[in-house]
Amino acid sequence: MTAGTTVITTAPPAVVTMPPRVSVSMAQAVYIIWYRDVIRFWRDRVRLVMSLAQPILYLAIFGVGLSSTLGRSGSLGGAGLPASFSYIQFMYPGVLGMAVLFTAIFSAMSVVWDREFGFLREILVAPISRSAVALGKALGGATQAALQGVVMLVFAPFVGVHLTVVSVVEVIPLLFLLAFALTSFGVAISARLKTMQGFQMVMNFLMMPMFFLSGALFPLRGLPGWMTVLTRFDPVAYGIAPVRSAILGGAGLPQAAVDRLTSVTIGSYIVPVGVDVGVLAAFSAAMLAIAMRSFRHRD
Amino acid sequence: MTAVALSDRPRPPAEDTRDLVIEVTGLVKRYGTVEAVRGIDLAVRRGEIFGFLGPNGAGKSTTISVLCTLLKPTSGTARVAGLDVSRDPDGVRSRIGLVFQDPSLDIQLTARENLHFHAMVYGVPRAQRGERIVAALATVDLSDRADSLVTTFSGGMKRRLEIARGILHAPEVLFLDEPTSGLDPQTRANAWEHLGRIRDTTGLTIFMTTHYMEEAEFCDRIAIIDHGTIVALGTPDELKAQVGGDIVVVSTVDDTLAADEIARKLGVTAVRDGDTLRVEVQDGAQFVPQLITALSMPVKTVTVRRPSLDDVFLKLTGRAIRAAEGEGRMGMMRAMAGARGRR
Repeated sequence: MTAGTTVITTAPPAVVTMPPRVSVSMAQAVYIIWYRDVIRFWRDRVRLVMSLAQPILYLAIFGVGLSSTLGRSGSLGGAGLPASFSYIQFMYPGVLGMAVLFTAIFSAMSVVWDREFGFLREILVAPISRSAVALGKALGGATQAALQGVVMLVFAPFVGVHLTVVSVVEVIPLLFLLAFALTSFGVAISARLKTMQGFQMVMNFLMMPMFFLSGALFPLRGLPGWMTVLTRFDPVAYGIAPVRSAILGGAGLPQAAVDRLTSVTIGSYIVPVGVDVGVLAAFSAAMLAIAMRSFRHRD
Repeated sequence: MTAVALSDRPRPPAEDTRDLVIEVTGLVKRYGTVEAVRGIDLAVRRGEIFGFLGPNGAGKSTTISVLCTLLKPTSGTARVAGLDVSRDPDGVRSRIGLVFQDPSLDIQLTARENLHFHAMVYGVPRAQRGERIVAALATVDLSDRADSLVTTFSGGMKRRLEIARGILHAPEVLFLDEPTSGLDPQTRANAWEHLGRIRDTTGLTIFMTTHYMEEAEFCDRIAIIDHGTIVALGTPDELKAQVGGDIVVVSTVDDTLAADEIARKLGVTAVRDGDTLRVEVQDGAQFVPQLITALSMPVKTVTVRRPSLDDVFLKLTGRAIRAAEGEGRMGMMRAMAGARGRR
């Protein structure tokens, strides 16, 4: 604020006749909440670039290192896979899932952030539906997270994964669904947490196990019984399986071998892609319902 | 620059008591066993600047929160813009503007984007958004900073932007909860100039809480609230007239003895306020010579002045508003702790 008296320039008001306010529909409200998150995300392109660092590190160091150690496909138990198939190609779709997971959780933190900076009040007193706020937040975060996954597709050629138009077209909606499920989960949690520290603590506690148990880094086959059970309860597993199936199948690997390597199994039942999608959709719906409830019951 | 009026309603005569924008009857708000608001009645006319004055914790913020539908009243009724706050909270919310005590801007967005967001959630028709945003920014002298990120704004600019946001959707009442707390005196005066101008050009009704006496002077009418009840209501002049005459403030080397002598020899009561004694008299100029003669100890200072709202508060509650601050805050904290524990 400048020192000295502020001179107020008084312009004579031209009276404008104002039509009554229009009511804001649920869809419009969702759009507005989403739109704000997207503006903020886009403005913060440094973050967009920086958050690629972690998945790239996993690919470039962890992936390359483990590929060298494991050697060729035999170690992955992929009968029917070509000799050129290495661990890094297996891991690549998992890293897409990881990029989505981390960004989704991080973006859900914006609810806690908004509370700390007071903007949540502006949102919650507005004459719009609280459910729309929850849905808008989940979609906003999902857009960011999915975009992050999509950007990671650029690295496919560097790890020897051949992408086709069809596989890309299949993968994008799958990444978005996974992103939406995880952001809904994040929003459901962040709507109840008051502090940033609390959110980070809860999320660190949940995020890493969700990542490790998702099958991003190793096939979900032949694991000890307790771990097999845990992996089947990890929603991320149901996102990574169809993404991997689409990418590796699209890369010309025999589909039967790919399915054996990638699918989630329950007993002898091999979960098909349609059911993966169903599980993710159901998980999203449940989390969103919790998030909406939390928002409705807040002052 | 073409200024666009931020309200389409012409300013009606303030005497028209049928045109009430806020009507509160028997309002009670209880947090557990603590009564933060204990039966308030008030009516605010269209186009008024109405001030709610009292120490922190007196029940101001609770009352304003009920009027803004952020809290449900325990009993009593409140109508804002013709709608009942309990029965139609959404309707009320779309007809009021709010400026909170704490900042509530998105500092990562520009001033214009903050207003655009607000215009959208409050259903300002698309065709009017741009024009209204420009007008609102001009009203608070922020036109040249429209596209700057709010994170670069000073406290005073943020407050002005919040005022602009509060009037953007042409509300019938603008509620401000301690609108100038945390601002330096000059910035505060500047915020008031803007609010006064908005009222004068648009006829908007403004309802605000404050614990700054000087601020209350800007209001058309004031309700003084203490311990959850309204202890006085009227124009600043009417309230000051209750004190009557002049205020003489005297400071001596022994105020206790001085108070005793004033009561004994001059027949008036001296009220202690910090390091000074305060006496209400009909004619200050006549009283001072008598006072000096009456006091046996050396007098350090004597001041004669017209009554202020501080004096009104002191007269009505027996203590200065500054002294009431501490205890009020404690009471409020107890109330909040009680409410939280029961959840």
